[in-house]
Amino acid sequence: MFSYILRRLLLVIPVAFGVSVICFLLVQIAPGDPLTSIMPAEATAEEQAAMRAAYGLDKPLPVQYAIWAAKLVHGDMGNSIASGRPVASEVFGAVKNSLLLAVAAAIIAFPIGTILGFTAGYFRDTWVDRLVTGVAIAGVSVPNYWLGIVLVIIFSVTLGWLPAIGAGPGGSQHWAWDFEHIRYLILPAITLSVVPIGIIARTIRALAGDILSMEFVQALYAKGMSRGDVLCHVARNAAATALSVMGLQIAQLLGGSILIETVFNWPGSGFLLSNAIFQQDLPLLQGTILVLAMFFVISNLVVDVAQAAIDPRIKRG
Amino acid sequence: MAQTAGGGGTLRIGMTAADIPLTTGQTDQGGEGMRFMGYTVYDALINWDLTSADKPSGLIPGLATEWTTDDTDKTKWTFKLREGVKFHDGSEFNADAVVWNLDKLLDSECAQYDPRQSAQGKSRIPAVASYKVIDPMTVEITTKEPDATLPYQLAWIVYSSPANWEAQGKDWEKVAYQPSGTGPWKLASFAPRERAELVPNPDYWDNTRMAQLDKLILIPLPEPNARSAALMSGQVDWIEAPSPDTIPAMQANGFTVSSNAYPHNWTWHLSRLENSPWNDIRVRKAANLAIDRAGLKQLLGGLMIEAKGFLPPSSQWFGNPTFEVKYDPEAAKALLKEAGFDDTNRVKLKALISPSGSGQMLPLPMNEYMQQNLADVGIDVEFVVVEWNQMINLWRAGAADPGCQGAQSINFSYFTQDPFTGLIRHLSSALIAPNGTNWGHYSDPEMDALFSEIRTTFDSAAQDDVLRKTHEKFVNEALFLMVAHDVAPRAMKPTVTGFVQAQNWFQNFSSITMKSA
Repeated sequence: MFSYILRRLLLVIPVAFGVSVICFLLVQIAPGDPLTSIMPAEATAEEQAAMRAAYGLDKPLPVQYAIWAAKLVHGDMGNSIASGRPVASEVFGAVKNSLLLAVAAAIIAFPIGTILGFTAGYFRDTWVDRLVTGVAIAGVSVPNYWLGIVLVIIFSVTLGWLPAIGAGPGGSQHWAWDFEHIRYLILPAITLSVVPIGIIARTIRALAGDILSMEFVQALYAKGMSRGDVLCHVARNAAATALSVMGLQIAQLLGGSILIETVFNWPGSGFLLSNAIFQQDLPLLQGTILVLAMFFVISNLVVDVAQAAIDPRIKRG
Repeated sequence: MAQTAGGGGTLRIGMTAADIPLTTGQTDQGGEGMRFMGYTVYDALINWDLTSADKPSGLIPGLATEWTTDDTDKTKWTFKLREGVKFHDGSEFNADAVVWNLDKLLDSECAQYDPRQSAQGKSRIPAVASYKVIDPMTVEITTKEPDATLPYQLAWIVYSSPANWEAQGKDWEKVAYQPSGTGPWKLASFAPRERAELVPNPDYWDNTRMAQLDKLILIPLPEPNARSAALMSGQVDWIEAPSPDTIPAMQANGFTVSSNAYPHNWTWHLSRLENSPWNDIRVRKAANLAIDRAGLKQLLGGLMIEAKGFLPPSSQWFGNPTFEVKYDPEAAKALLKEAGFDDTNRVKLKALISPSGSGQMLPLPMNEYMQQNLADVGIDVEFVVVEWNQMINLWRAGAADPGCQGAQSINFSYFTQDPFTGLIRHLSSALIAPNGTNWGHYSDPEMDALFSEIRTTFDSAAQDDVLRKTHEKFVNEALFLMVAHDVAPRAMKPTVTGFVQAQNWFQNFSSITMKSA
C-alpha cells in the first residue's frame, strides 16, 4: 500500500509540471490584451508599453514562464493585473468559498443520488426505474444556470424566503455556521447538486443492477441471508466505483460552477475565473486554473488511494 | 443651508463592476469607479456640479476655489486652494499634497509613484507638463502648449492623503484598506469583490454636500439577472443598468426607474482611409437618414434618446447644425443614387461590432436592426463580430490595422462629457491611430483649426461657442453614423428619496436618504 501511494505521489510531479505549462500557455492563446481592461481608452501607445514592461508582458513567452514558474515554486503566484492584489490570496479565498458550496452540494447530491440509484437498480426495468432514470436524465440535461434563475424567481423574488445573491449578510469573510448564513447556501447548493445527483444515480443504478444479477447475490439469498444484509454486500461491491464517481464530482463541483456562481454572485473560484477571463487578467487566470487543475489531480489521487484501500484488487493492478 | 451628516438610513447599491473600484485615490473600473469611489471618498481640484437634473452639468470649484491663466503665457495656470480642508485622517490639504498627488501619477521616480493609479490618471491629463508649489495654498501647473481644456482634464484627478500613505508604511496595498481622501464619504471597510461600506464624513468642507445616509454599501453585481433578482428580492435598494426587458416587471412591482440624458453616445465611427465608401458625404448622410431611430427606441423599451447629432440634443455644445439627422429612407436612396449607387451597384461595407461591452447598450440587436435599415436603402453591411476587449484593441489600433479585416466602420459608444474626450480625440489629425484614438484616420485642416481654437479659447463662454461650431461640423458633414444616446437607467426601491439624476456620468449621493418602508 505504501509503495502504491508513493508511486502515485511521484506521478503528481510531472502532471503538475504539465498542468503548469498548459495553464500558462492556454491563457496566452486568448485574443486581446490584458492591459485593455485596466487602462483608460485614452492611454497612449507609450503608456501602454510602459505598463506592459512593468508587468513583464514585454518579455518572450519562455522567459515569462520561467519567471512565473520560479515564483510559483516559492508560493508566489504573482499579483492580479486588474486588482493588484496577490493572486494566491484571491484564489485560495475563492476556493475556500467554492469548497463551502461544493460540500453543501455534495451533502445534498450524494445521499439523494445514491438512494435514487439503488432504488432504480433494485427495481430495474420497472416503472420505478423508469421514473428515477427520467429524473436523473433531467438532472443532467437541464442547464443548471437556468434552473438557478428559476429557483431565484420562485424562492427569492416571488416568495421572498431565501436570498438571491451573495455569501452571507456580511459577505463570505464573516461566514458563520448558523441559519442566517446557511440560508445563502441553499439555492446555489441545490442548483449545483442537480447534475451530480443525476450522474451518481445513473452510475449506481447500473452498478447495483449488475451486482444484483450476479451469481454470488443469488448464493447469498440461497444461504438464507436477509434482503438488508444482501444489500449491504451489494453496497460494499459498488463502493469503489461509486467513490470514484463521487470524487470526480467533488472536483467538478469545485471547478465547474462558473455559471452558478455568476447567477448567485457567489464569490467562489468559478466566479473569480469568469471575472479573470472577462478582464483578461492573465496572472489571476493562470493562478485560478492552476489551483483548480491541481485540485483535480489531488482529488484523483485521494480517490485512487481510497479505492485501493477499499478494493485490494486495485493495489495489485 | 448647512446640513449635518448621517441619520438617513442605509443604501445598498448593486454596481455593474465585477470588483470594488480601486480605493487608493485614482480609481479603476472606468466611469463607474469614479462615480462610486472617486467622487465619494475623494475630491478633485475642479468638481462637476451634480445638483441639477435639468441641464448638462458644468464644472465648479472643488479643492481649488479659483484658477487663472497667465496673461502673457497661457501655458501657466495658477490654482488657489481651498482653506481649511482636511483629509479623513486629519491631515491638512495643501499645495504640497497637490504636487505629491500629481507626482504619484506622473513621476515614476518618486517614492509614492503608483503604477496602478498612474495607469488610470496619467492619460487623463495629457496637457500637464509640470507643476510646482507657489505658496502653501497655491499651485502652478504648466501645460505643454496652451490648452483651455485643462480644467476638464483636472476634474478627473482626485487627491489622497500623503500623511496617510506615510502612516500605512508607504504601502499602497495597505492604503487600499485604510484610504484617506477629502470627500463627503469615508471608506469604513471593504472586502474585495464583495462589498465596500462608506460612511459620512462629518467634517466635510462643503456643507451643502454633506452625506445624509448613515451608510452607503457598494456591491459588485456584474451579471444583469443577478442585479435584478437582488433588487426584487430586497437584497439591494438600487441597481445600475437594469436590463431593458426587466424594467416593466420592476415598474409593475413599484420600483422606481430613474433615467436622464447624459453625455454618452452610441455611434459607428467611420473609416476615412482610401477606398472607404464613407469618404463620400452623400453616403454618410444617406446612412444617417436610413436609420429608423424611433423603431430602435421601441426595441430598447424606450431607453434611448434618438440621436440628432454626435452629442445629445440637450448638450450645451449641440449648436444649430443644418443637416437634420432623421429617418428619411427616400432621401437616403436619392443621395445614394446621386453618389452613383443603385440596386445593381449597392454600397458594400464591413462593420466591427461586439456582442457586449461597457456602454455598448444592446449591440447585437441594435446593429442587426440597423443592418436591415441600411439594406433597405441600398447599403449592405457585413459584420465582423469581435470580443469587447479585442474590439478596444482594434479601436486603438485604427482602421488601417490588419486586425480590423478591412472594416470601414466600428460600433463604439463614447463618453462625451468633456471637449477632449468627447470630440477632439476622435478626429484630431495629430491623434490618428495608433498615436491616438482617431480610429478612422480622419484628417481635415479646418477641423484641426477648430480643435486648436477650443484649446486656446480660455473664456469658457467663448469656448462653448467654438465647441458648438465644432459639433455643427460633426453633424453637417455627417462624420459619424449617429444613432442613439443612452439614458443611464437605474432602478431603485421607492424608499430611496432625494436622488437627483444629473446629466452626467457621475452622481451626487449626498442628498439621498432612505424613507421608512
